[in-house]
Amino acid sequence: MEIVRREKLVPGHPPDDFRIRQLQARDMLRGDMDEEALERYVEERVVTTTVDRAVAWARGNSLFPMTFGLACCAIEMMSVVGARLDIARFGFEAFRASPRQADLLILSGRVSIKMAPVVRRIYDQMLEPKWAIAMGACCSSQGVFNNYAIVPADKFMPVDVHVPGCPPRPEALMHGVLKLRDMIQADPKAGWRERYEAAGTEEIVPGA
Amino acid sequence: MSDVDYRTLEESIELSHVPTAPTVGESGQELLTLNMGPHHPATHGVLRLLVTLEGEVVRDLKPIVGYVHTGIEKTAEDKSYWKVIPVIERMDYLSYYFNAMAYCGAVETLLDCEVPKRAQYLRVIHLELNRIMSHLVWMGTGCLDLGAISMFWYCFREREQILDLFEMSSGQRMHTRYIQVGGVFEDIPRGFDQKLREFLAIMPRRVDQYLDLLNRNEIVLRRLRHTCPLDEEALLALGVTGPLLRAVGNPWDLRKAMPYSSYDDFEFAIPIGTEGDNYDRFAVRAAEMKESCKIIEQALDGLPEGPFITTDRKVALPPRHELATSMEALIHHFKLVTEGFRVPPGEAYYPIEAPRGELGCFVRSDGSSKPARVHMRDPSFVNIQALEPMVKDSYIADLIATLAMLDPILGGIDR
Amino acid sequence: MPDPTGLELIAQDLGKAQADCVLGTHHAHGQATIEVAPATIRATLARLRDQGYRFLSSVHGVDYYPHEPRLGVHYVMLDMEALDRLTIKLRVSVDDPRVESVTADWPTANHQEREVYDMFGVVFDGHPDMRRILMPEDYEGHPQRRDFPVGGEPVLFTRDGASGRDYTLGLDNASTVIDASS
Repeated sequence: MEIVRREKLVPGHPPDDFRIRQLQARDMLRGDMDEEALERYVEERVVTTTVDRAVAWARGNSLFPMTFGLACCAIEMMSVVGARLDIARFGFEAFRASPRQADLLILSGRVSIKMAPVVRRIYDQMLEPKWAIAMGACCSSQGVFNNYAIVPADKFMPVDVHVPGCPPRPEALMHGVLKLRDMIQADPKAGWRERYEAAGTEEIVPGA
Repeated sequence: MSDVDYRTLEESIELSHVPTAPTVGESGQELLTLNMGPHHPATHGVLRLLVTLEGEVVRDLKPIVGYVHTGIEKTAEDKSYWKVIPVIERMDYLSYYFNAMAYCGAVETLLDCEVPKRAQYLRVIHLELNRIMSHLVWMGTGCLDLGAISMFWYCFREREQILDLFEMSSGQRMHTRYIQVGGVFEDIPRGFDQKLREFLAIMPRRVDQYLDLLNRNEIVLRRLRHTCPLDEEALLALGVTGPLLRAVGNPWDLRKAMPYSSYDDFEFAIPIGTEGDNYDRFAVRAAEMKESCKIIEQALDGLPEGPFITTDRKVALPPRHELATSMEALIHHFKLVTEGFRVPPGEAYYPIEAPRGELGCFVRSDGSSKPARVHMRDPSFVNIQALEPMVKDSYIADLIATLAMLDPILGGIDR
Repeated sequence: MPDPTGLELIAQDLGKAQADCVLGTHHAHGQATIEVAPATIRATLARLRDQGYRFLSSVHGVDYYPHEPRLGVHYVMLDMEALDRLTIKLRVSVDDPRVESVTADWPTANHQEREVYDMFGVVFDGHPDMRRILMPEDYEGHPQRRDFPVGGEPVLFTRDGASGRDYTLGLDNASTVIDASS
């Protein structure tokens, strides 16, 4: 089999973009580009931005969720980690068990009144910047169980994204996480931090 | 806010009035009480364990539950019988068909309602699929605890196939409310049969592949073989049923002993173990997955024609096309959707064989359209009592392995 | 399940062994129930164990409100050899809800009796660890009693048309909703 290289531009056939870029790169690497072309080349490829936005971009793309499965939604959260809907393609596969190492709390499942102080404590132990996703109907708004035993998460901790569903499909959770990522990359202060002009949360120990 | 000095707060707590537990263990080392959970990677949900350790040896264990108590039984008293099904399904959240089956069985007992044969077979198919799915999640997360992390992805790959089948028959992946009082919600769609057969063709081989990975793995064998056995007497006294009891050699299985929903039409074996250690618990569940495949195949081959829900219009909704032509159908539909059917007063306890053991549902009705008491006898709630005798005087690593092999589901424990 | 005659025979045996033990029998839908006097429960279960019912399946509570005595405790016994299931039930009133614990003979009743205590308030004398199991330790009330309210909280919304408040700009800057459609 013979490889035919299109060294010359054939009249009547416009060169494709990839080939042009390839030739340009070759010229640049060999030092064959002239001043103007080189300046234009560099300008096209360098992105200037602020440090904030660069950091926000990096933070959004490397969220470390915490393994916080409470009930049924936890099984669907495990499905998100599974091979079909792979959360690792977005970079979020590093689920940390320790709150000190995680920055995303995915509250998956119903929060009972016995568990609420525990959840709050763990949220407080996470270091800034941190975000919380209320996955499922139960932690957002008590879901199916509007009774004495369940607390909606908004009552004791700030939540950034609510993902509806009972349980939400893994795709829905993925959508929620990506929405959070967009929010972080665009404007980290959006949501409750901006609404209440808050820098973070503080744990209030009763009786202290 | 004032600075909270945790150190002074802790030092100010006076404990001299609390009777002290022994501080020195049998071999003379100091006893340390360690709190595992409720947030812990290895506790399969929000289980809190107060472990008293002497070095690495567990001397005492106290499970503390209630961290996901949802008040399901109380909520169920507030809803009409039909509407209880979605609520009760969310109890043991890995075996949702079983929860619905136990509840519907109890209500059907009280109604003296007959379930058509086709519905029974469809129920069996979905129950056994749920059993396989529950065992897959158990195997995935259990091996994750042991350190064999790859198993997680393999098991969840099969689980996705089963969830596709559930989605095909009922529209939902989890908590499908497919099993209704009197039968099932809807007949299986075209293509379900073929897709299920494709799944059944590969599933037994997949189980063999998993066992190939694990059965000759030195680490898995060393962690599971001869660790934390418990004898049959103790298990029966503790009320343990299911794969834990079968691992010891007692072939008690409600599907064979007191068959329900046409289980006696099918031929399948009950895998039992010999020693009752962690490895037997593991092997019994793996073998059960293959047996479930056999049951599903037989049910699919022998699926009879007929209605998929009882024809008693006072209990089950009439088919939609009848609503356009029949006045009675319209009235029945209206009554069922607004008030629900009334169940004559009585009490019934309906036990079935769930993936974790005997799941029983107790329903008391007082003649109205809402149940007066619904109680689920959850197998994990009773099985968790066996954890302490099992891990006493074993290493803490064995505690993790035993907890993985015990397969507790906190949703069922706490309800 | 034991058939009606079998049930009557068992009840007779129990009544002969201890007078005033059996308060009634009930057989419906293929399920057998014997109601016993609360003070005799431990002896009754021991006698049933001798008769073959060696497995205690479930201990659960029921609130028979408004029929007195209100609180019932059911013990579901299973005979694995004869494949029979029998429910023993007892009823105590709310004013004196004390029942002897059977945990010493049947270790499976440990957590289950704690749950009955937690949810209904029946105190089991002789239980090694009579504490709440599902609710927080300092919770007041027994939730599954019929006169305990189901509870629940109103769902929080950012724009709450019903209460006329709009919390989009924060709790302190709550503005009023002009009309529901805006």
